[in-house]
Amino acid sequence: MHPAFSIIFFTTAAGAGYGLLLLLALLGPAGLLPDSRAFAVVSTGLALGLVAVGLLSSVIHLGHPERAWRAVSQWKSSWLAREGVAALVTFLPAAIFAVSWALLGRTGAVAGASGIATAIGAVVTVACTAMIYASLKPIHQWHNSWVLPNYLLLSAMTGAVLLNALLHLWRAGRPEFDALVLVLIALSGLAKEGYWTFIGTIPAASTPETATGLGRWGRVRFLESPHSEPNYLLKEMGFAIGRKHSVRLRLIARTLGFTLPLLATVLALGLPAAALPASLLAALAVALGIIIERWLFFAEARHTVTLYYGATTV
Amino acid sequence: MTSLPTASPAADGHQKKLGLVIDLDTCVGCHACAVACKEWNTGGHMAPLTDLEPYGRAPDGVWFNRIHTFEAGVESGSAVAGCGASRTTHFPKSCLHCETPDCVTVCPTGASYKRAEDGIVLVDEDLCIGCKLCSWACPYGAREFDTDTGTMKKCTLCIDRIYNKNLEEVDRVPACVMVCPVSARHFGDLGDPSSNVSRLVADRGGFDLMPEIGYKPVNKYLPPRPARAVPVAISTAPAVSPPANLNLLARWADRVLSR
Repeated sequence: MHPAFSIIFFTTAAGAGYGLLLLLALLGPAGLLPDSRAFAVVSTGLALGLVAVGLLSSVIHLGHPERAWRAVSQWKSSWLAREGVAALVTFLPAAIFAVSWALLGRTGAVAGASGIATAIGAVVTVACTAMIYASLKPIHQWHNSWVLPNYLLLSAMTGAVLLNALLHLWRAGRPEFDALVLVLIALSGLAKEGYWTFIGTIPAASTPETATGLGRWGRVRFLESPHSEPNYLLKEMGFAIGRKHSVRLRLIARTLGFTLPLLATVLALGLPAAALPASLLAALAVALGIIIERWLFFAEARHTVTLYYGATTV
Repeated sequence: MTSLPTASPAADGHQKKLGLVIDLDTCVGCHACAVACKEWNTGGHMAPLTDLEPYGRAPDGVWFNRIHTFEAGVESGSAVAGCGASRTTHFPKSCLHCETPDCVTVCPTGASYKRAEDGIVLVDEDLCIGCKLCSWACPYGAREFDTDTGTMKKCTLCIDRIYNKNLEEVDRVPACVMVCPVSARHFGDLGDPSSNVSRLVADRGGFDLMPEIGYKPVNKYLPPRPARAVPVAISTAPAVSPPANLNLLARWADRVLSR
């Protein structure tokens, strides 16, 4: 699948934004975050900003952005519509939470209740994003049970790494938060390795033989293309990444997305003097690593339509 | 709504499922169906079928029909080399108007829909936001995005021909069916077990493409008939030599041309 930058940016930025929002909305009203107006405003602003910029990027990706409002009507059948509804609905408690906790500095019932509603909305929205991909049957690398936990964990992980960097910036780092970040990085890394193992070992059910129905005669080979120039199908669905690049990019995604932030957070935990640069390094590495991870999520996804154009497996 | 329609059976109780039956035995791969389809539909219901740079360096455009060619039974010896039992099969592909297609249900706006009365899958161009998700959900590549209009386009089963009272009744079939020089494409109601197309499917063992995806395509494909054995191995045939009773001029010409 063609890795469109607008969609990669949307899923990574909004994912990190919702992850951060989830943690702020749960921890803030519970009084576990620094008692600082500036911290609350900056962290909530960053979370909502990432979400808003991400959603805007996904709208720009459309052929008719001015009709985007129509995209919430079919929530009964469409995960994309459900995502739109969830994103819009989440803004309501998120706005109440932002005003009561971040602007007014309250930790009472209003902030608490709106925080819980915001947290639920954030998780549901990210789950809907994952299900857009996981529900697509022609794409074996997406239509599997690893995609949903990956999206949820990576969202929580990127949000937690951002929160931890902000906490250390305000000199309010706590070993519990460093430990939470460590756990989330470890779980996300395991989920990603599980996903890569799955797509590397479990073959898709569709083959050139099932695509053409000609398997009864034996193995099927692509002989002649219908057209001489690449069409929409090949440009959108026929994106192919060389195996060599795939291996190298996975290594970069592993290193930047998981290994480096894991080591940096261990350093922050063990050596409080180095906590600030270590947590900032972790945030920077995660940002780059997860963008590459998401690029691979698209580039390594192979659509069944390529079976009609010479692909021997999908 | 992009939810699939509930059954709406005709007066005699059967659910109408209009579609095509494509005969892979007779298709000669001439691409006439693709051209006729393009010609009709670029002025039809889902018009225009935009072409970008049609005479330029990298022409690109929207087509509802694509004709691929495959070799089946590769391990039994290549047909390309002139011997062996593998089969060259021309393979026309267009929308299969599936019974349970996700291209309809994934649409967030209601632009992609399946008609209850005859099962035809269409796109409402005024509602389409161009998110391309329906084309991702189609395993067969039946939908092509028009970058010029910013909307998704697909085969309409020539809805503007098959119900068109301005056409002679014999012409009320999809353009691809009408134009096919070897009658490899058949149009009809696959929900009616007594229709011509249903009988063809039953007689010839018509099959679904990618049944494992589970969309239940309405269009069916008829398999190539078994190949006849080739009686003579071409390489062992005797060399041609001129007959002895040639006249003088012919013998001279043969000698000159044989040098």
